[in-house]
Amino acid sequence: MNHKLLVAAVLLPTVMLSGCETLGGQDGGDVVVEDRGSQVDGGEGTGSGNDGATATGAQAGTAFQGHALDNPQSILYSKVIYFAFDSAAIRNEDRATIQAHAEYLGKNVRAAVVLEGHSDERGSREYNIALGERRAKAVRQLLLFQGAVASQLQTVSYGEESPAAIGHDEDAWQQNRRVEIIYKTR
Amino acid sequence: MQFSHKTFFSRFYLVLVALFISTTPAHAALTIQITTGVDGAQPIAVVPFAQDQVKTALPYDLVSIINNDLARSGRFAPMPEKDLVARPHDGGTVRFGDWRLVSMDYLLVGRVRQLGATNYEVQFQLFDVFKGEQITGISYPFVAGDTRRMAHRISDIVYEKITGQRGAFNTRIAYVTALAAATGKRQYHLNIADSDGFNEQTILDSSQPLMSPSWSPDGQQLAYVSFEEKRPQIFVQQVFSGQRQRVTDFKGLNSAPVWSPDGKSLAMTLSKSGNPEIYLFELATKQLTQLTKHPAIDTEPTWSPDGSKLVFTSDRGGKPQLYMVKLSRNRVVSRPQRLTFEGEYNARGVFSPDGKHIAMVHGNRGRFQIAVLEVESNTLQVLTDSRLDESPSFAPNGSMIIYATNRNNRGVLAAVSVDGRVHQRLEVQQGDVREPAWSPLTNAQ
Repeated sequence: MNHKLLVAAVLLPTVMLSGCETLGGQDGGDVVVEDRGSQVDGGEGTGSGNDGATATGAQAGTAFQGHALDNPQSILYSKVIYFAFDSAAIRNEDRATIQAHAEYLGKNVRAAVVLEGHSDERGSREYNIALGERRAKAVRQLLLFQGAVASQLQTVSYGEESPAAIGHDEDAWQQNRRVEIIYKTR
Repeated sequence: MQFSHKTFFSRFYLVLVALFISTTPAHAALTIQITTGVDGAQPIAVVPFAQDQVKTALPYDLVSIINNDLARSGRFAPMPEKDLVARPHDGGTVRFGDWRLVSMDYLLVGRVRQLGATNYEVQFQLFDVFKGEQITGISYPFVAGDTRRMAHRISDIVYEKITGQRGAFNTRIAYVTALAAATGKRQYHLNIADSDGFNEQTILDSSQPLMSPSWSPDGQQLAYVSFEEKRPQIFVQQVFSGQRQRVTDFKGLNSAPVWSPDGKSLAMTLSKSGNPEIYLFELATKQLTQLTKHPAIDTEPTWSPDGSKLVFTSDRGGKPQLYMVKLSRNRVVSRPQRLTFEGEYNARGVFSPDGKHIAMVHGNRGRFQIAVLEVESNTLQVLTDSRLDESPSFAPNGSMIIYATNRNNRGVLAAVSVDGRVHQRLEVQQGDVREPAWSPLTNAQ
């Protein structure tokens, strides 16, 4: 836990710098700019963060024999990003998680993920599938800026059709407004 | 009472109902209950039809189906069979005095005759008891397998002759069910059933979500969204042959298909440009025309019945609201005009069959309810009192709006009259049911 916080503290400023402009508004995040130049810059700019993430994995490895993605002590273990109602804005507390996955993808060029966007059940189903896509693209955009490349990232939206929690209250809804980072290859 | 038919009917013009059944017969998977009716339903007596030379009984009793149709509509109060004061079968034996004494406004009598192994003929007469006049008298041939359709057709005629509005008993409803399988996974069905809940048939079975069924104007095809390849794609399926084809598989969203009123195109949402926009897809040529262009979400198109306007959901103003554009020859010829201003969330608009109303999902203070906008006066009326309503769909005669909601933690369907006075509930025996789509009126009238 302490490690997570530490990593977050180290990474947060860089992530926010690289991520804020594109993800703050609803509009910009949707139009995906396939600008490789700025992605590479983003990746290099977070090089120090990379070391932090590696260090976490290595330390945990002494107790946990397995892949960092499967290690509950690793920040890479978290693969779900949560959102507010009708919002695709990435919360500060999730930025370190996305940063860690971006760096992992940057270093493991054969790794690939599907970013699955979801919404809660409120409102209309077709709007919600568009909202899920907007969320998946917000995460994609941040991953791109932080070192992943477009060919590693695939997005799909399920809207409200595939809830993580069954229920009809805020407890369930907050678990359902999410993007799942699903590794197809590691 | 009898003097006031005209006023009564004009007052309740919008209350007309058209659904479903109040008991649970053997073949009904959807159970339909009227939860709030209208005061002053019209008294009508339907006398069991005479059976002339009927050697093989019909598979269903015509009169019970007609009574159920009329009662379910909320507009009629059929007399219980045990209370019938006489059992005439044609005009010659009707004594209007008998029926006036028990305050019946209308009387339906008839005969069924067997013509061949599976061929029958029904003749029936509808009377205005107060005037002592026949309103209509018709005979139809039919085959045993069409008994239910024949009964709904008679109900439609009774309904139309008395209320002045077309009946919608001889229609179907498409809907999606989700059932938790033994494996813990869900199984999704696209079903159709008669408007009284009978003859439920699964026309598609998938382990992945199904969404947004939309009827073609001729009632022969359904467009829908299927995730069977782990992403949303639009399919069109022939309802009666089961033949289906995938019509779009663009990158990103392929969703919200709706048929144009001429049946030649689908309006749909595609995000192949990187952002959800509304397109027109011409089925014969597969030609795509982009109708919206804005970095916000644009989705959920709905056509005005004359095809001259398209209403859609957009959050270009920050929150989802309904917007309208005018169309001419499949091109947008006006700037999008915002239609909804009340509440922080208005989405999934759908035009009424006469084009005068738009029903929608209306979100206000955290509750999502069905509301209807009168287009000309721009007045919004909230029709329901629940909190998780979605997917409104009009009955093809405009009398009712069927929608999906949540009751006791289950997805159920409900229907409400356009004036909010009649409420009905439709439940499946297990699982969740959602996304109802009412079929158009069939040509079989």
